[in-house]
Amino acid sequence: MANLVSSIQFADPYFSVLLLLIIAVGMSVGFVFLSQALGPRKYDRIKYSVYECGVDPFTSASVRVSVKFYLVALLFLLFDLETAFLYPWAVLFRDLGLFGFIEMTIFVGILLVGLVYAWKKGALDWQ
Amino acid sequence: MMESLAISLVNAVPVLSGVPLWTITLLIMVMVAAVVLTFALTYSGLATYVERKVAGDIQARVGPNRVGPVGILQFLADGIKLLLKEDIIPAKADRFLFVLAPYLVFVGSFAAFVVVPFGVGLIASDLNIGIYYVMAITSLVVVGVMLAGWSSNNKWALLGGMRAAAQIVSYEIPVGMALLPAVLIAGSLSLQDIVRSQGGLFGIFGWNLFHNPFTFLSFFLYYVAALAETNRTPFDIPEAESELVSGYHVEYSGIRFAFFFLAEYGDMFVVSALATACFLGGWHVPFLDAEALPALWGNLFSLGVFLGKTLSLVVLMMWIRWTLPRLRVDQLMRVAWKYLVPLTFFNLLGVSLWLLLFHGKGIPQMIASLFG
Amino acid sequence: MEPILFIVFGAIAVGGAIMVVTRRHPMSSALFLILTLFAVAALFVLRQAHFLAAIQVIVYAGAVVVLFIFVIMLINVPENKLPLERLTGFRFLGIMVAGLFILEAALVARRFATPGTPTADSGSVEAVGRALFTDYLLAFEVTSVLLLAAVIGAIALAKKRI
Repeated sequence: MANLVSSIQFADPYFSVLLLLIIAVGMSVGFVFLSQALGPRKYDRIKYSVYECGVDPFTSASVRVSVKFYLVALLFLLFDLETAFLYPWAVLFRDLGLFGFIEMTIFVGILLVGLVYAWKKGALDWQ
Repeated sequence: MMESLAISLVNAVPVLSGVPLWTITLLIMVMVAAVVLTFALTYSGLATYVERKVAGDIQARVGPNRVGPVGILQFLADGIKLLLKEDIIPAKADRFLFVLAPYLVFVGSFAAFVVVPFGVGLIASDLNIGIYYVMAITSLVVVGVMLAGWSSNNKWALLGGMRAAAQIVSYEIPVGMALLPAVLIAGSLSLQDIVRSQGGLFGIFGWNLFHNPFTFLSFFLYYVAALAETNRTPFDIPEAESELVSGYHVEYSGIRFAFFFLAEYGDMFVVSALATACFLGGWHVPFLDAEALPALWGNLFSLGVFLGKTLSLVVLMMWIRWTLPRLRVDQLMRVAWKYLVPLTFFNLLGVSLWLLLFHGKGIPQMIASLFG
Repeated sequence: MEPILFIVFGAIAVGGAIMVVTRRHPMSSALFLILTLFAVAALFVLRQAHFLAAIQVIVYAGAVVVLFIFVIMLINVPENKLPLERLTGFRFLGIMVAGLFILEAALVARRFATPGTPTADSGSVEAVGRALFTDYLLAFEVTSVLLLAAVIGAIALAKKRI
């Protein structure tokens, strides 16, 4: 065991991240347990019912949400991918120089056509 | 870094020489993680108090003033109160997802603290993908918010969750784009490197903020987008207490509600810390170079400077919240997609062109070279 | 330590994937998908592929799964109207084929020696970026056309329904 553990690459900063994640999860779970241990628990039908300003809900909560949200999520996905690609380019920009500038202008230019199309089609409006 | 710390600790305290090195290193790492989390929790608690005080001042009220001197222990009282409340899971909620959602939001928000460059050498883990890591781990917050809204089985919560998610993802694009100029200039994603790249020139003109007109604009674009990404007024339509009661966490109470609350303040700190590290020169201040100071003093000084800048930005967010009215949801989407996204694109074009034309030199550097 | 972490994250990834296909409600499936994606990202980190790990989480867990969740909410089917999946002959066959495939993959994997630990910077942002922007430039540029087609397709579909 000691052998295995001593071979942890402690230089690896990702190990710290893992540790912090474990501690954060442990801490939050601990808080909830503490709260459940200390807090009261009295069953009351009204208390556990859905909150709607003191009256019974008028309509079911399982409403279908608008397609607008889907469109926003899709636009986000595409531009998020693009942003993710821009970061390595930014890191290497000094080495790539003018060549890098031109290739990224083409890449972003093509994607901006998409944004313009979405704009013209009214996909960016929230009616 | 941690290992060298452990070695120097063993050298300083001879009693420890019998203990295997990995145990000490591991203990130090656990302690660092615990310290970062404790800081994050304490800060979030205090921030809720400061927010109420700021609100009080702006509205010509006193704000909390009962618990402790000038009410400063109010956050502890609130925390204990929330801890002692009953843990309510609504009858119609999807229990598993309802329970899980606050954890996702809390962990997603607080885990970002690990890459915050608090000072010279004061970073829990200097990841080579620093900014990427923040973007990745905060994606948990979006998922948590949506789940919270959906699993509550309440239409206000659902609408709030959807609006919050749509808003966070919309503004994530300009946030990501507006941070790019700092990466362009530093040539690295590590936040420590980005801060280091802004040294020199009297400790203030090296800041990316003053590098060129485009980076100057970039900072403001980032701050506005970050304000929206943390769902703060004027972009707090997801919470909109006057129409949606309080959004995705309306069904939450007690400690689970506290998680959402703390996460909001944690997010504010993280985005402000990123702004400080990427544009405001991190721990660099005029006339005093923290890295030239003797070890411990340099660390403490840089920590103070960094926290000062970051917390000022956090207080500015509170100030904005209690000053500006709320935007409508259609205005919100328009600001994101029709103004911020195109602006950040052209801004990026401007920065990269500038770097190409002037060989990476900023305006202050050029002026400095004029005078020899 | 690395083998232990590999086994832990590998188990999480596989367990999460099994949960994805066995959960009744798509929302739970989406959640376990996130778990799987994070575990796979951790596996990437273990192989020093930091860039890939970051992209994996940002694009898949941060964007694709969010899109999934939006779609699940869009076609919000109440719990009691979800189709019940039964163990039919086809499903049984599917499980058999999956088992055979795993066996086959294991056999193939045995023929090749396990690759050594990659050097620290082989999967870094710089290394991957350099390959992307020089050797694979055309593929990279064509990606933008693909993304453009996706934007136009999505808008054409969604706008028809509004």
